[in-house]
Amino acid sequence: MLNHSSSLDLAFQALADPTRRIMVDRLSRGPASVSELARPLSMSLSAVVQHLAVLEAGGLVRSEKMGRVRTCRVEPTALRNAERWIAERRATWERRLDRLGEYLDATAHPPRRKRP
Amino acid sequence: MTEHSTDHATFVVERTYDAAPSRVFAAWAEPAAKQRWFSGPDGWDQPRYELDFRVGGREVSRVTTPGEPTYTYDATYHDIVPERRIVYAYTMDRDDTRISVSTATVEFEPAGPGTRLVFTEQDVFLDGHDKVEYREHGTKALLNSLDAALREAPAGAPAS
Repeated sequence: MLNHSSSLDLAFQALADPTRRIMVDRLSRGPASVSELARPLSMSLSAVVQHLAVLEAGGLVRSEKMGRVRTCRVEPTALRNAERWIAERRATWERRLDRLGEYLDATAHPPRRKRP
Repeated sequence: MTEHSTDHATFVVERTYDAAPSRVFAAWAEPAAKQRWFSGPDGWDQPRYELDFRVGGREVSRVTTPGEPTYTYDATYHDIVPERRIVYAYTMDRDDTRISVSTATVEFEPAGPGTRLVFTEQDVFLDGHDKVEYREHGTKALLNSLDAALREAPAGAPAS
């Protein structure tokens, strides 16, 4: 059985920011330089580098400098793949059960309440 | 070379709904109702959905979206106690590859006028976890799910 590991917690913390999610989403399509990562973001390169550091600390991304270009890619080892799967499947169920709640609310008969 | 591996996991998700157990149970038992909320990731097509809700009956859901594999969920119901409990087993295939076999238990308990639902899933994940494309898909799905969850989070939470 898998337990919540500190690596998973760190990874989720790293992802708890929309900018960093955009960066990981971009990197999930392939490696990119820091300036490529920064392009769709309205912030300075140094701010992007700070976000990158959080992602690296969370073990989601790694980067290496080749000459003047720092290339970033998704780091596959941080989250064991099974942990990734379990997180994904749990998230699927979290959303499904939220949708079930919305469905139940939408189909509820108004309880003891007059309608106009 | 084919590597065979298994990973086992169990997770539990709980919710309390402002609806009686009979209504919550019906949302699992009636095909039209279940399809309303039991869908794939947002924006994915669900070209096939069937539910034969009885012991020994099957449920099949197939979801796909452009540029991604087709995922097929195929379940068999093994235990049904109306308004109390549902136990089913299911397989998940990515295109023609079996990726997991699972047992799911759904328990319904009265909670005041509402219902407490406890969903427990026990999984065996099969082979292929080291393939990059799977990881990438997993990352994207995880991000999408997390994004949806965080959008619903209370405002004022720290940004990092």
